[in-house]
Amino acid sequence: MPADVNAATIAAREAMASVPAEPGVPKPDPVLIVDGVKRHFGGLTAVDVEHLEVQRNLITALIGPNGAGKTTFFNLMTGFDSPNEGKWSFDGRDLGRVSAHKVAQMGMVRTFQLTKSLNRMTVIENMRLAGTGQTGERFLPAIVPSMWRKQEAILTQRADVLLERFTLEAKREDLAGTLSGGQRKLLEVARALMVQPELVCLDEPMAGVNPALVQSLLGHVKSLRDELGMTVLFVEHDMDVVMDISDWVVVMAEGRVIAEGPPRSIGTNKTVIQAYLGGGDGEGEVSLADIEAAAGNPTPTGDLA
Amino acid sequence: MELGNVLIDGLRAALGVEAVVFALAAIGLNIHFGYTGLLNFGQVGFMLVGAYGVAIMARQCPSAAATQSAADQIGPCGEPLIFGVILGIVLAVILALLLGAPTLRLRADYLAITTIAAAEILRFLFRSDTADPLTNSVFGIQQFANDFFVINPIPAGRYFGQLNYSSQQLWTMVVGWSLVLLLTLWTWLLMRSPWGRVLKSIREDEDAARALGKNVFSYKMQALILGGVFGALGGMFLAIGTQAVAPDTYIPVRTFFAYVIIILGGAGTIWGPIVGTFLFLFLTSGLETLLRELIEGGIIPSSFISLPEVGPIRFIMVGLMLALLMAFRPQGIFGDKEEMLLDAR
Amino acid sequence: MGLSQMTPCTDRRRGWAVAALLTVVVVLLAPAAVAQEDGEAVLARVFSGAGADQTDVAGAAIVVLDADGTEVGSGQTNDEGEVLIELPGPGEYTIRLDDTTLPEGVTPRGDVVERTQNVQAGRQGNALFPLEGDAAAAAGGGFFSGDISRVPQLFVDGIKLGSIIAITAIGLSLIFGTTGLVNFAHGELVTLGAVVAFFFNASPAGPTIHLIFAGIVAVIIGAFAGAGLEGTIWGPLRNRGVGLISMLVISIGLSFIIRNVILIVFGGATRPFLDYNIQSQIKFLGIRIVPRDLAIIVLSFLVLIAVGLMLQRTKIGKALRAVADNRDLAESSGIDVDKVIRFVWLLGGGLSAFGGVLLGATEQVNVNMGFNLLLLMFAGMILGGIGTAYGAMVGSLVVGIISQVSTAFFSVQLKFVWALLILIVVLLIRPQGLLGRAERFG
Repeated sequence: MPADVNAATIAAREAMASVPAEPGVPKPDPVLIVDGVKRHFGGLTAVDVEHLEVQRNLITALIGPNGAGKTTFFNLMTGFDSPNEGKWSFDGRDLGRVSAHKVAQMGMVRTFQLTKSLNRMTVIENMRLAGTGQTGERFLPAIVPSMWRKQEAILTQRADVLLERFTLEAKREDLAGTLSGGQRKLLEVARALMVQPELVCLDEPMAGVNPALVQSLLGHVKSLRDELGMTVLFVEHDMDVVMDISDWVVVMAEGRVIAEGPPRSIGTNKTVIQAYLGGGDGEGEVSLADIEAAAGNPTPTGDLA
Repeated sequence: MELGNVLIDGLRAALGVEAVVFALAAIGLNIHFGYTGLLNFGQVGFMLVGAYGVAIMARQCPSAAATQSAADQIGPCGEPLIFGVILGIVLAVILALLLGAPTLRLRADYLAITTIAAAEILRFLFRSDTADPLTNSVFGIQQFANDFFVINPIPAGRYFGQLNYSSQQLWTMVVGWSLVLLLTLWTWLLMRSPWGRVLKSIREDEDAARALGKNVFSYKMQALILGGVFGALGGMFLAIGTQAVAPDTYIPVRTFFAYVIIILGGAGTIWGPIVGTFLFLFLTSGLETLLRELIEGGIIPSSFISLPEVGPIRFIMVGLMLALLMAFRPQGIFGDKEEMLLDAR
Repeated sequence: MGLSQMTPCTDRRRGWAVAALLTVVVVLLAPAAVAQEDGEAVLARVFSGAGADQTDVAGAAIVVLDADGTEVGSGQTNDEGEVLIELPGPGEYTIRLDDTTLPEGVTPRGDVVERTQNVQAGRQGNALFPLEGDAAAAAGGGFFSGDISRVPQLFVDGIKLGSIIAITAIGLSLIFGTTGLVNFAHGELVTLGAVVAFFFNASPAGPTIHLIFAGIVAVIIGAFAGAGLEGTIWGPLRNRGVGLISMLVISIGLSFIIRNVILIVFGGATRPFLDYNIQSQIKFLGIRIVPRDLAIIVLSFLVLIAVGLMLQRTKIGKALRAVADNRDLAESSGIDVDKVIRFVWLLGGGLSAFGGVLLGATEQVNVNMGFNLLLLMFAGMILGGIGTAYGAMVGSLVVGIISQVSTAFFSVQLKFVWALLILIVVLLIRPQGLLGRAERFG
């Protein structure tokens, strides 16, 4: 995708160039700041993040071996689970004890590892649903269509633009349950954008997507940043994807942030290699494929080409 | 042996007071289960508070009453019927709030157990001697709805030939079915609006709705209240139409019947509750008459099925309908095949 | 039971055997049919005093005669002084109170022992029998009585009720734990046990063997009925991928079917077994108990301990706990989950039938006894922690004790209200139950 990159993203990249690659490092313009968030399940500590900042206008990848606590971390950030201790803020607003729907309304929207398309609703209804602040969603105005028809038309217009962008316009009137797995992923991302978020959290957006669609989904995620200046935080196992689109990578293991930095710095990071391979001191450089294999989600590299 | 009786009895049941009551309860339950996916098994509890709201408000006062416990009756009496209707609606809203607050965050099967338990608690309370001054315990309250029949504009007489409705029955049915149509229209308007869209999204996947910024708890509560009030209207209608309330009318079986009805007619469809009510009552009453006729006509030997067994056989058929529909056609008799394949429940 | 050798073929053969056995039972019991559920009935009520001093009289015999003077039904009043007698159809009936069955010191007011009622189609007639004198010796009364001296006695009664609930709730809880099914037809397995035992023990058409043997037969048939349901209905439905909510609704339909089949073959009356009906009470530390009830408590506890040991010590018990804990993990570690589930149904069916026999022995046999127990089983199961056997035991005991002890302070008619309120309160503050682990719910 040729670089029609927006100014904010370019500025953010320049600002990040001087940020050192160490865990918990402060960022020039963080949209999400996490402090001392811990979550225990019985005796197990699933998440224990001392400090983490996510830079605005960039794509940040969250990687780590299976059971590193990535999805739990997502759940905590977006209000789907509450931590035992700690606080975090989004866009300067404290998010402790804020319920999931309010987090979404504030502009931090997530998707799920297992796609949650609303099967017995049409694609366009899936999209319309996601619009925020709809008058017609209130009980009394709902039965007076004249009160919400205009808003509905505007929403539909935005939805159609997004559907076209995500090549789903032909499926507009189909029930979401009839779409293929990859199309559902696309729908879920497109639907999340209907909320007009500041930060999109994607939980394994490429998992289960047919390789032919991965490339187009990648392009869509990039364009979120490049054209709209949106901030993206995503969990991914496929290291080629991570290398390809992310500006910054955060590595979690056993609930902690063990490393972060620009993509190229991660493959050579000893702590990361240790965490993935569980061995003694790292012996030389470990290939990306090794990390993938340890992450339990190997993808043949050739597929992306 | 009159096979015509089968049709007539079926039709009488499918159009009568009982049908109106089931249709109202089912429209409410359809909002819960069909549109929002709430597994409310205590719909009969809403019917109970509606019925008793009317009966207690409008019952005869002690001086005129001849009941044995009239002397220690407490609470309102002799009020206009409309006050009773208002009380019934208020009670249904309160019940929904009390029931929903702890349970709407729980898993669906927990909600089912809790709601059925709550409905039974209400029945036990209302039939107990403790509540006697208010509810007249197991005997219930009678003859409180004269206001309703006094304004009957239909001249006395019998109507519709063999269906043989009295003018009072006809009056009750006209009002009842008008109410059913009115509530159906309201439901239709709601379900084609963005409000209804949020309910459907909760049915499909409440986490997805939450992730898109919808206050799932609040919408579930609104659905529970609305469907509960519809159920209460059903209970009120039963009380007014028969001029009687008794606690043991409001047993869990009524809720189960309402489930059969909406699954039969198609859960989550506008006409489902009405179509389902019609089919359900026509089939079960028709079958009952058919069996009676066959036995009395000697076609089925009474050593094989005797008359008293006809009632239980009707229930067995209801059970079979519920189980088979749910297993093989969860989208209802007229439901869409495509939707069935997507049915994740 | 050689579960490990069980092949699908023998399994099917066993299913047929169960079906054949049940058919035999059904045919044999058929002459006992009397009543219908949905139709006309008369509710008789026997009490003394009025208002707050009103006392309900239990155990009074009521006979209903039709216009020709033929007896069409009879029954005994329950703890609430009521008895509901089903009628064959609308018409005029005479309801007669047998005043020789009244407690000493009370007589029918105005010596009226007969009431005539014209019962309309589909309606219920009422017949009241107010009494002169004071029957308060039988206890009962207003909303709050606060008789603390009755607590120890009621506590023992509660243990009896609770242990019966516990025996039936284990199966319900294990079925939920292993398959996720909330089985609304579980109460009918209880009724089935009681009715089968009644047939072998007390039915004129049956062999009238002693209750102990009848009970053993009932448990065996109950176990096979449970396994038969799994083999013919639940297993295939699971394999077709039918959702859990659908299965819950299907279980309600199934409960209708079983209950009404039982109604047809057994009838609507409440009937006692032949054995252990009249016994003199043992008094110990001021607590009165008949040997039968003492035996029920002891037997229940023995069975509960046996189930506990089985879960703890045997291979199948360990496999069962593993499946209830984490089905996928158990499956991937080589446990035959389907076999475990069949075993759970076999166990649950047998235990429910056993509970039914015990309940029938202490409170007589009725077609609705199981369904009436179902909500208490749910309460016990949720209180203890859903899906675990030990939780169901502890929770059920608590439910039984609270129900009974509440009658020392509050009206006996409200005793189950407290148990059900506990269910709701537990869901509010500790949805995982007393013994359950904290998890995310909802």
